[in-house]
This record gives sequence, structure tokens and C-alpha cells, in this order.
Amino acid sequence: MEPRYHSVILDEDKCKGCTNCIKRCPTEAIRVRNGRAFILTERCIDCGECIRICENHAKRAIGDDLDQAISFPYRVALPAPSLYAQFRRELTPKDLNKALIRLGFHEVAEVAAAAELTTVAIREYLKDLDRLPKPMISSACPVVVRLIQMKYPTLIPHLIPVEAPYITAARLAREKVCRERGLRPEEVGLFFLAPCPAKITEVKTDTGQVPLINGVIPISSVYGRLQQAMAHIDEDCSDGGSTTTGVGVGWARTGGENIALAQENVLAVDGIHNVLELLEEIELEHLTDVDYIEALACPNGCVGGALTVENRFVARVKIRKLAEKLDDSRIPDAVVEEGKRLYAAGKLTQKEELRPKAVLQLDNNLADAIRKMGELEEILAELPGMDCGSCGAPTCRSLAEDIVLGRAQRADCVFILREQINTLAQELLLLAKKRPQALKED
Amino acid sequence: MIQRFPVAGEDFSAAGEASSKIKNILRQVGEDAELIRRVCIAAYEAEMNLVIHAGGGEMILKLDTDMVEVIAQDRGPGIPDVELAMQEGYSTASDLAREMGFGAGMGMANMKRCASEMLIDTEVGKGTTVTLRFKTGKN
Repeated sequence: MEPRYHSVILDEDKCKGCTNCIKRCPTEAIRVRNGRAFILTERCIDCGECIRICENHAKRAIGDDLDQAISFPYRVALPAPSLYAQFRRELTPKDLNKALIRLGFHEVAEVAAAAELTTVAIREYLKDLDRLPKPMISSACPVVVRLIQMKYPTLIPHLIPVEAPYITAARLAREKVCRERGLRPEEVGLFFLAPCPAKITEVKTDTGQVPLINGVIPISSVYGRLQQAMAHIDEDCSDGGSTTTGVGVGWARTGGENIALAQENVLAVDGIHNVLELLEEIELEHLTDVDYIEALACPNGCVGGALTVENRFVARVKIRKLAEKLDDSRIPDAVVEEGKRLYAAGKLTQKEELRPKAVLQLDNNLADAIRKMGELEEILAELPGMDCGSCGAPTCRSLAEDIVLGRAQRADCVFILREQINTLAQELLLLAKKRPQALKED
Repeated sequence: MIQRFPVAGEDFSAAGEASSKIKNILRQVGEDAELIRRVCIAAYEAEMNLVIHAGGGEMILKLDTDMVEVIAQDRGPGIPDVELAMQEGYSTASDLAREMGFGAGMGMANMKRCASEMLIDTEVGKGTTVTLRFKTGKN
């Protein structure tokens, strides 16, 4: 299996080797080995569930640092819509833009504003509904996209091939800055302030010559400095230059994308385990009466991202209030026209076709895989079925899989080990009772 | 490889678990995704029939390199008129099942649509065995 880059990593010093994360991982990508968690990289979809569950904070996401932006002559910040909900004080996109300029950025490209163009593109794409598989699924959440590639490859044609808002924001920002300022693409540093590790991975695995985005800064790591900058924004004379409306801001929480689309027969789901459940239903063709599904891996949507600061329920309410205040009922006509123009020019749709990622299979050869499956079931029948996790695998089934694949052994199961010791002890006892004939009776 | 899954009758909360397990097995052996999709739609319908009509039964998965076979076996009431049961829209599901959104009369038709071959062995009062065969590979 090819090694993959991941933003989610383990801090070995902090890991106590408990089994919380292995039980929580939706793709069973974690094992405990040598007293430490161990990520099977080819299975990780960077959802951040392990970061959320780990009480020792041993799982974290590696992102970029604000100081890395300094090396670029011209610096552009791309704030995720979820950033608006992170602060105790009530703020507007304008306030945040001012604070970002104070941190040393020359310009702000609002991801929320790009989300409005994304919305227009999705509406345009859905006009052909009769020719599309139903339901179509949003591709805004990279975790959901990767989950589908790995576990539900037949649903790949259901994913709407419209770029996620932060990608569109970056692409348009670089073009605009180069055009307006006469800069070369490599002179412009684009920094995305992200709520989740999946988006970091997405950016880091981009292989373009000039990267689409130069760095991804976790919201949690820039939060403190933004908070400080925020205290002085009233001294600024600029107006913050915001173009986003409530429609784009609303994308930060579950249901926001659907509100933006203003279509009937839509459904929204959040939380990776709920998403899994729904994808099962879609694959069984049980939801063909639904046109579009907004599926987000984090509870409450992007405001629930593993790299955010504010409580996700509080943040969700803040986003709703801000969206309503900025008007989330309609996208301005000029933006709709711009969106249609860009869509027609192919600038809002995905450039690369998504491919299945077959990482769950036991063997590349079908006959061998079937044989191993038989072995797996036999081993599973011997295991206690308690899914206790003491062996370091999340379930008895995954231990059986690891044994078949040579990654573990039967005695890793504490119950089997105990039985084996018991048998051994009894044999020892029997042996001990056998008195050599030469000895006297007691 | 043969694997058996018991299915409880009238237990709507657990309904679909056997097909879900079958899907995971097929995924792990690396069968073609489109084939898995067809097997699972058909297996789900067969499983629902065990739940709704037969008072439960057993699902059996047989795996070979050139064939996936799913068998739904029960000792339920049997099907008096197989031809009628195969018709789209025909259903004898209970009111309870209908209230829960089942019994649209598409189950048997869906199974036939998805499988390469479908055999029904039924006797009124004795039970039913539905065998669904799926050829692997690109044909």
C-alpha cells in the first residue's frame, strides 16, 4: 500500500496506550502496539475523531504556522466561515478581516464569499437532475469524499463535482492578486485558516507546480493572536472590505449549504458515524427520492471541526445569528451572474476524477482473499466476541483480520492467552503429581 | 467459503444486519464494487422478506472465485403463487410492515433485477428457499 501523507499524527510521549481512539475510529485505522497507538496510514481519512476523543491530547494535526507566511512578498488570508463563530465577542466578517490584516496579511479572500459561488455552481449542476444518480452528495467535506472513495466506491458518481469553497477561494484569489498587482503566482502566499485536519491533508497532498494553497493554519493555533489583534480593530480606518452575505457564512454549520441551495428534497447529516449510516442507506437505493445530501463529518458541521476553539453548539447558534443578520435568504444578483459565468467557464468544477481507494481487502488475488476470509471467520469464532480492545485492535473481527494478515497472533487476545495459561497450568499440575517410581511414597 | 447469518422475524430494528455483514465480507475479499452493490440490494430484499413474511430464517453466503451466492431460507408460510409474487407492486406485507415503509411490492423484482440468476423453491406451509446467484467478473 502506498504511504500517504496525513495531518493527524501521534505524540508518542503523551499516548498512554489506552483504547479510546481505536474504538472511535470510523475506518478501524488505529491499533495499539507496544503501549502506543499506531495509525494504519492507508486507512486514515483524517476525520479527527481520535483527536476529539483522546483525553491525553496525544493526537494532533500538524499544520502551518503564521510566521511561515512572512517569506511571501504578498500574503493573502483565507478565513474559513467557521472562524466567525470562534470568539466570545460578537463580530462581523469585516472585524475579522481587519484583525487578519493586523496579523500581517495584505488581503483577505473570504471563503464564505466563495461558498456563494459554489452554491451557484451546485444549483447549475443540479438543473440536470433527471440525468444524475440520486441522491447527489455534497463534496464540500473532504472526509466524506475520502470515506466514499474507500468504503462506498459505487457512490463516487453521486459526489457533486463542484470544488469545495476554500479551493475556489484560493484559485480565484491567486488569479485576482496576480492580475491586479502584477505579481507572479509564486510571489503570492495563500494561507487557509482551517477548522479541521482533513483540509490540511487535502492541501498538503496537492501536487501542483504552484501549490493551490501555500499553507494551512489550524484555527486553534492562530486563535490567540487573532484575539489580541481584535482588541485594536476599532483604531483602523479601513472598512474591512467584506463581500460575503449570510448565505456564505451559513455554510459553517450543518444545514447551511442546503439553506444556501434553496432546493426542495434535500437532507443534511453530520457526525461521521451518522454519515456512515446514511451512506449505507444510499447504497441500498433507499434514498432515491432525495435530490441532494449535505454530509459533514463533524458534529454540527465545520464549526464542530477538531481544530476549532468555541463549543460547537454555541458556535452553531452564533453562525445562524450572524447569517441571519447578514441576510441568508438570497445571493446578490451580481454574485449569481458571476457564479454562472465561472461555472460555464469550468472554473468551479473539479479538475480530477475521483478514484476508488481499495484499502480494505485481504488480498489482491480473489481466490487468496476468499481463503483468508474463511480463516478470518474461523478465528473469529474462537474469539470471545467482547470487542474489549485489550489486544490493541478495536474489535474481535479486526483482530481476526490482523491475525490473517500476519499483523497479530491469537495469544494477543487476553482471554485466549488466559485459556492457554490455564491449560498449561493443568498440564504442569498433572506432571507434578507424577512421582518417579524410585521415590518413596509420602 | 460459507457463512451463515440467523435472521429474526418481525424484528425491524435488527433488519438489514445480515446483508450489512455480507457487504463487509465482500468488501474485504475485494469483490468488484458494482457487484457488491447488486448483491447487497438483493440480499437486503431477501432479508426483509424473512423479517416481514417468514417469521425469520437464515441467510447463507457462499463465496467462490467465479460466483457469489446468497441463499435466504425460511420455514415460513411459503408462496402460493410465485408468478404473482414476482409482479411489481404485488405485496402481502402486514399493515405494520407497510406503516414502516415496507411492502411496496418491489422486493422480488429488485432481487431478480440484481441477480444473475434467481431460484425460488417454495412449498405452502413448509417454507421457502430463495437462491440468488451473482457471476463475478465483467459479464
